Amino acid sequence: MPDLTRDDVAHLAMLARIDLSDAELDKMVGELAVILESVATVQQAPIGNVEPMSHPMPLVNVTRPDVVRPSLSPQQALAGAPEVDEQRFSVPRILDED
Amino acid sequence: MSTTTSTDAILGWDETLAAYEPVMGLEVHVELGTATKMFCGCPTTFGADPNTQVCPVCLGLPGALPVVNEKGVESAIRIGLALNCEIAPWCRFARKNYFYPDMPKNFQTSQYDEPIAFGGHLDVELEDGTVYRVEIERAHMEEDTGKSLHVGGATGRIHGATHSLVDYNRAGIPLIEIVTKPMFGAGERAPEIARAYVATLRDLLRALDVSDVKMEQGSMRCDVNVSLRPKGTEKLGTRTETKNVNSLRSVERAVRYEMQRHAAVLASGGSIVQETRHWHEDTGLTTAGRIKSDAEDYRYFPEPDLVPVAPTEEAVEALRASLPEPPAQRRKRLQAAYGFSDLEMRDAINAGLLDLIEETVAAGASASAARKWWSGEIARRANGEGVDVPTYAAQLAVTPAQVAELEGLVTSGRLNDAMARQVWEGVLAGEGSPTQVADARGLQLVRDSGALEAAVDAVIAANPDVAQKIREGKVQAVGALIGQVMREMRGQGDAAAAREVIMARLGS
Repeated sequence: MPDLTRDDVAHLAMLARIDLSDAELDKMVGELAVILESVATVQQAPIGNVEPMSHPMPLVNVTRPDVVRPSLSPQQALAGAPEVDEQRFSVPRILDED
Repeated sequence: MSTTTSTDAILGWDETLAAYEPVMGLEVHVELGTATKMFCGCPTTFGADPNTQVCPVCLGLPGALPVVNEKGVESAIRIGLALNCEIAPWCRFARKNYFYPDMPKNFQTSQYDEPIAFGGHLDVELEDGTVYRVEIERAHMEEDTGKSLHVGGATGRIHGATHSLVDYNRAGIPLIEIVTKPMFGAGERAPEIARAYVATLRDLLRALDVSDVKMEQGSMRCDVNVSLRPKGTEKLGTRTETKNVNSLRSVERAVRYEMQRHAAVLASGGSIVQETRHWHEDTGLTTAGRIKSDAEDYRYFPEPDLVPVAPTEEAVEALRASLPEPPAQRRKRLQAAYGFSDLEMRDAINAGLLDLIEETVAAGASASAARKWWSGEIARRANGEGVDVPTYAAQLAVTPAQVAELEGLVTSGRLNDAMARQVWEGVLAGEGSPTQVADARGLQLVRDSGALEAAVDAVIAANPDVAQKIREGKVQAVGALIGQVMREMRGQGDAAAAREVIMARLGS
């Protein structure tokens, strides 16, 4: 695995909408590198002819009929919202990118 | 990161075509008409109060587990089959990760490299009868996002907003994204082909009864990808993706505008930035949006909470058997049966009248009468209200059966055309059925031959010159007398009977 660069971390921080200072970026490069190195151990697993899987159980086509079930009340739905306005979730202004 | 500018230069249309060849791709998102969302049992009713159709699953609350809507999968397969696609025998959902408040889970459940349908085509007939085959790359299942209201800014748009208010009623509504392969060789017809493709797709989806395909309500949305390359070259140019082009006319305009804008940039030696563009319906311009993320930035991975979808061959064949007659074929059949000219047929289709006409004919009217009533006064009024005729008729609760009844009053001889128009106005005004309106207004052709003969005699006596001309063989002059007879009878006379009596009197 190629080494994690400072640019990689800055890009990931941007995607995650986390504002990191230069000092934090430097620190995260080192810390994430340690994590990646640890996780990389799994690459040594003897996978041989094992098919990749995305689900532990061999099930397919688990569906439900198209029948309405009760929703939450707006009060319940909004109970965990940091701020509410006009029965909507109020969130910080979306960054000037869209 | 971006700037809003509406002062982009554009190159003239002819100059654009002389130097460049367009390559187009269209992505259409269709909201399915299922009763519930794709992964939970919340209802999908349009226009409900904010955050009244949400639950732990579509709000992304911890521990909530999605389950796939059976009808959503069936609709996706039917759409794929109708687009002549192959259906994947086994496919998975994937998480498309991004941080934006319109998706409370911080990912959209979508499909990535395993779409349920792929490799199809749709034949699109242009106005002059030319057929252009649009190759379909894929159709995949995903979910819609919540709706954000940007407040605090002067215009209510994102720019200048201080915060955003989010309603998650729409989050999780099943979407099918239909992606074309790059369309080559369209040349000057690119805008027209784009429009015709979306119109044809809309008709197909409506015939499948999988969506209400209302572009104005956002249940069908189009993203337009355009790039240009110098004529005679192979390498594809950089493309832009114009988002949310939500009417047929706008699809056509957006393709044309982006071609001309690209051409101006390229002709002046500049280069196109790969970005999303916002379409502005009012000005017919696009403005820069965000720089397009690479697919890897979405860090797709298989959705661990949903098991694979693996439709059996029998299930797929059963769905194939349920497909309706393709719209293009149905039109040809109906046009032949109704004897409409190409122009009459096209007008009827464009006005969305075909279903109404078909039902009116089924209720007993002739095709020409059905077409006449649906494309007359009611179409004029619907246009004034800014809605299509089927929507307007539904609002007024005017039905094909009523139109057939009205026409029946004409063919049975109770009403003449002028009276029938009055009755129709009464029906449109909500005064009741055609028979009720005719009764209430006392509309009934006068059958009393004595009254007719008296009126004819009075008119002949008052117009000796005209009468003489008719006696001398100038038969066309009879029209003037018929008009007067009708006035004399206050519109309740039968024009054909009046002509007979006049001609009998004047011995021609």
